This record gives sequence, C-alpha cells and structure tokens, in this order.
Amino acid sequence: MNIKEYIIKEYAPYLESTQEDKLNKINIKKTNMVTFMQHMNTDKALVFDILLDHTAIDHVDNNNMEVIYYLYSTKYNHNLMLSIMLPRTNPKVHTVSNIWAISEWLEREVYDFFGILYINHKDLRRIFLEDDWIGFPLRKDYKDYFMLEK
Amino acid sequence: MENIKQKKMSVILTNLDKIFNWARSNSLWPLTFGTSCCAIEMMMATGSAHYDIARFGAEVVRVSPRQADVLIVAGTIVKRMVKPLKMLFDQMMEPKYVIATGACTISGGPFIYNSYTTIRGVDKVIPVDVYVPGCPPRPEALFWGILVLQKMIKQNLLFSTKKIKPVLAALPEGINIKDIHKEMIHILNSKRYV
Repeated sequence: MNIKEYIIKEYAPYLESTQEDKLNKINIKKTNMVTFMQHMNTDKALVFDILLDHTAIDHVDNNNMEVIYYLYSTKYNHNLMLSIMLPRTNPKVHTVSNIWAISEWLEREVYDFFGILYINHKDLRRIFLEDDWIGFPLRKDYKDYFMLEK
Repeated sequence: MENIKQKKMSVILTNLDKIFNWARSNSLWPLTFGTSCCAIEMMMATGSAHYDIARFGAEVVRVSPRQADVLIVAGTIVKRMVKPLKMLFDQMMEPKYVIATGACTISGGPFIYNSYTTIRGVDKVIPVDVYVPGCPPRPEALFWGILVLQKMIKQNLLFSTKKIKPVLAALPEGINIKDIHKEMIHILNSKRYV
C-alpha cells in the first residue's frame, strides 16, 4: 500500500480535509501536530527517523504561510512531505526538536528568515543574520534601506 | 670612482625606491582568501601546475596575513564577511595590494538588485588596486591582473599613493556598448560563432 494512502486511512483526525492528489504531500492540522509527528516517528509501518529538511513558504496573496517538513525513513527507504498552513500575522507552531534533534537548528533558520515562532523551542535566536537585524528577509514584502529596488 | 675605473666595473645608477619596488613586484605572495566560485578559479590559477603562477613570482600562497603581500578578493562579500575581511586587510604588512576579481567584488554582480546582504563592490570596504572582471575570470585574466599590478608597483602608481583606479577591461576610446551590440548581432546573423 502507498504510504500516503496508509496515513490518510490511519491518521484521518490529524489531517486537513482537503488533500492534493497530484503532489506527494500531506496537509496536516496545526493542533495536535506534535502527537502526529510522534506517530510518524514510532509507527512500525513508517519509521521516519530522519528529518531531512524543514522550511517555509510565504504565500503573500493568500495571506498565509506554509511550513514544510520533509521526512525520510532509513529502514524502508521512503520519504514524505508534510505541510502546515499558518496565518501570516503572528505565525506560531510547536517545535518538533524533542523528536528530531536536528530540527532545533532548522527551526532557528526558518525563524531567522521567515519569522515563524516555535512554541517550547529551547534556544530560539537568529542563526545566520546578526542579532540586531530588523525584519525577516525571505518574506516577500521585506524591504530595507540596503536593498536596491529594480 | 677612480677605483671602479681602474677595475673596469660597470655601475647601475638607481634609487632605493626603485630597487625595493622591483623586488616587491617580483615576489607577490597572495593570501589564501576566497569566499565563492571565483575562489575556485583562483585556486586553479595559484595551485595547479597547468596555470603556473610561479612564472610571476606569486606562487607562495600564505596562510597568515602577516606574511602575505597581495589580497586577492575572490568571491561575493556579504555583510557578515566585511568584518573578517577588514581584519585580514589590517593585519597585512605594508606595502599591501588588493586585486578584486569577479563581478561580485567589483559591483555586486548578479546580486546588485534586491539583495539584503551583498556588498556592492569591495572598494566600499577596502582600497582596491586592480579590478579583474569576469564571472568568474579565467586564470589568464587573473595573470593579466597580476602583471598589471607588477607594472603599477614598478611605476609606483598605486591606490594608496596616487589614488587612481585602473579597470582592466575598459573599453577603448570611441567605442560604446551599442557598437558592441551591433557587432554581436552581425556575428550572430552571419553564423560565424562557435
């Protein structure tokens, strides 16, 4: 059985009602996402033991932000993309650093560039930019005095 | 003088500056400093046997800035890199020379618009003697830059002394960019390109 079909069948209460057919991506709800991620890590049919990448997309036109988790299983050699939609003003999501330790730094990077706040994160500060930087430069509406507009 | 005439010795008349400049120009020791793709090309020029930089006396790449003479700024300089770059430049002994290679270090290159970090030209941070255009420049272009720098040192025409800014690939007088466009269109139409 396809893993996407399996997850949609087994974990229906955690998922959003609308799922895209073409993309290999699953939209999940913001509430209880930590327990869902815990299931992804411990489910014997899935065993996603590595968080390969974590990033965000800024949808200015729809006024929301999308947080992406890219998981990989070394046991079964399959991968999965999860996405959570957040509001653009004051975007907050729970950290998954107690499940995958690498996400602590990945979340710091996403916070640095997109300004997404992580609840229960141990050490949420900027990782690439200077500490006194104002604004989040990968947001589509970011502007500062240093940029030359074309 | 009588002594020299009796022994039939030859004499070269010069001054101390000229001798020093001649010696300095023939033993330019570059610093290992590179930030992006231009650095790979610079490594090809300085490190490989194919493009032998030892011909110009510049093969001794130094790790410590205190032993280096020339700083080849190879690659994009971002805001956070400015502080280490300035520190390296300040640690270098006088006389020190700077070559800026590649589009990014000259003007910001492809990152000139809508970039929140890239410095538009390294000459805003440190004084530059020779500009080598290219993206990245070929090793031959870097050698040309080194030769130009040697010539400048011999003639004592440096940014620190005379405040002049040479540009390596400046267009000859009387030719503007429209003429080049015309020529390129003509070549493309005539199918003589490789």
